[in-house]
Amino acid sequence: MTDTADQIFVTLNHLLTGLAPAAWQPLVAAVISIAGIIGAFATLFAITTVLERKGLGRIQNRYGPNRVGPCGFLQPAADGIKAIIKEDIVPRAADKVVHFLAPLMVVIPAFLVYAVLPVGRNMVLVDYDAGVLFFFAIGAATELSVFMAGWSSRNKYSLLGAMRAIAQMISYEIPLILSAVTVIMIVGSLSTTKIVDAQAGYHAIGLPNWFVFTPWGFAGFILFMVAATAETNRSPFDLPEGESEIIAGYYIEYSGFKFALFFLGEYMGLFAISGLGITLFLGGWHAPLAFLEVAPSWFWFFAKLLTLIFGFIWIRGTLPRLRMDQLMNFAWKFMLPMALINIISAAIWHFMPPGYERWLVGAALVIGPYVLLGRGLMAGRKLEKRTYRFAE
Amino acid sequence: MNIIFAIIAVGTIAAAVAAMSLRNLVHCALALTVAFAGLAAAYLQLGAQFVGFTQLLVYVGAVAILIVFAILLTRGSEPPQQSVLSSGWPAGIFVTVIVLGVLVYAIGKSSIVQAAAPAQPEVTVRQIGDALMNKFVLPLEVVGLLLTAALIGAVIIAMKEEGKK
Repeated sequence: MTDTADQIFVTLNHLLTGLAPAAWQPLVAAVISIAGIIGAFATLFAITTVLERKGLGRIQNRYGPNRVGPCGFLQPAADGIKAIIKEDIVPRAADKVVHFLAPLMVVIPAFLVYAVLPVGRNMVLVDYDAGVLFFFAIGAATELSVFMAGWSSRNKYSLLGAMRAIAQMISYEIPLILSAVTVIMIVGSLSTTKIVDAQAGYHAIGLPNWFVFTPWGFAGFILFMVAATAETNRSPFDLPEGESEIIAGYYIEYSGFKFALFFLGEYMGLFAISGLGITLFLGGWHAPLAFLEVAPSWFWFFAKLLTLIFGFIWIRGTLPRLRMDQLMNFAWKFMLPMALINIISAAIWHFMPPGYERWLVGAALVIGPYVLLGRGLMAGRKLEKRTYRFAE
Repeated sequence: MNIIFAIIAVGTIAAAVAAMSLRNLVHCALALTVAFAGLAAAYLQLGAQFVGFTQLLVYVGAVAILIVFAILLTRGSEPPQQSVLSSGWPAGIFVTVIVLGVLVYAIGKSSIVQAAAPAQPEVTVRQIGDALMNKFVLPLEVVGLLLTAALIGAVIIAMKEEGKK
């Protein structure tokens, strides 16, 4: 029974593929898998937009959308129809070709990276030997599409937004990749399925064998998620689109469905990078406790994904936006040294025999630098009520 | 020579030609990025996964952004008024054809082409890592040192000189 539910999508794919003529079967299998991925994550996108607006509404002490459909849950359909029938305005001075290509170039890499994410047992589209590298390589293409959008609009605000976005994405890509390197070192493979397999099983005390429950894994997970927040331009790192400063950043000059595509690409990037975080640190599709394995594997993946998304929404509703210099200082003076020290911590963990000694050493190598770096960077600065020179 | 290789090759060469001949510098940079990506596709088509993905990560992700930043920070991205081709372009083509002919002749005569193609090895990322960390660890460290020196040098050149006005 559990196996049937667990493998239901795999069996379904096999059944449908079996209907096709033999020569077409590999192609049909791939098309069905791709359709499944796009369908599942596009639905998740629709659900998340409602949840985000409702969650933010709750945090800001107001109702969210509650008019369309039951409890406002059909709002994304209304938004989609609105986006499609809106007029598509292209500025006269805009570079037409690049302006048209930019939203496509945002969405295509955002969907491509799902190819290597294992969303359940036997549920990965392509099991590349260099899967994690593929993820980061395709993800790096997003930066260029942001630049294309900002530059082709011929608008000062959008160019400023694009420059901010690129500077931020390049800076935070380094801690992002370095914090993922620890997992690759411990597993000894870049393949996402091998990384998930390495986290199977449970500790003696009942905790799962996930990497987040090790000193280096915990530090790596926090660093990864902070860098992921910055990489996907989410609050508090939403300087590229800070409404109060530069209106909407690199996509001011986009309207109608092209704007919706940017929105889609941004959320797809968020889901993909959260999915990679789950794969690397949170045990992929493995259940958190042994007796919970009755639930299918894909359920656990999406449950973890929704939990992370909840965290992102919560952070967005809670934290104010950073300043540009704070953003850069945080990336280069705090995140980068922490990620490098974390690599050393993972190496020591790998070479020490199992036992409480390596827990002590690992914890010291995470907490020590954290305290020292934090204190060192705050030395000579006083935290006090901000005084404004011109306002008030 | 199969159809996929032909598509990749034509696309890469077309993008490279566009990178040389377009008027707008930013368009040139974007065309160059397409050429980089085409090269990565060619590596992937040869079965070199690691090299292909690294090409994408380094060239499309970093080098293209660097080029674009350099264009935006140094001069206006307005297209130039005069022709992008210099007046001596026929002579350039002549020289290019001669160089290409010599290269094709030399490669065709070399022993590499005459020898039978060896069986294609199944190279995994693990093997590449082993080779880099064991056999080629000294060259790797030297390259790392060189890049660090270049980085520090760039920072020192860009730094404001204090003391002097």
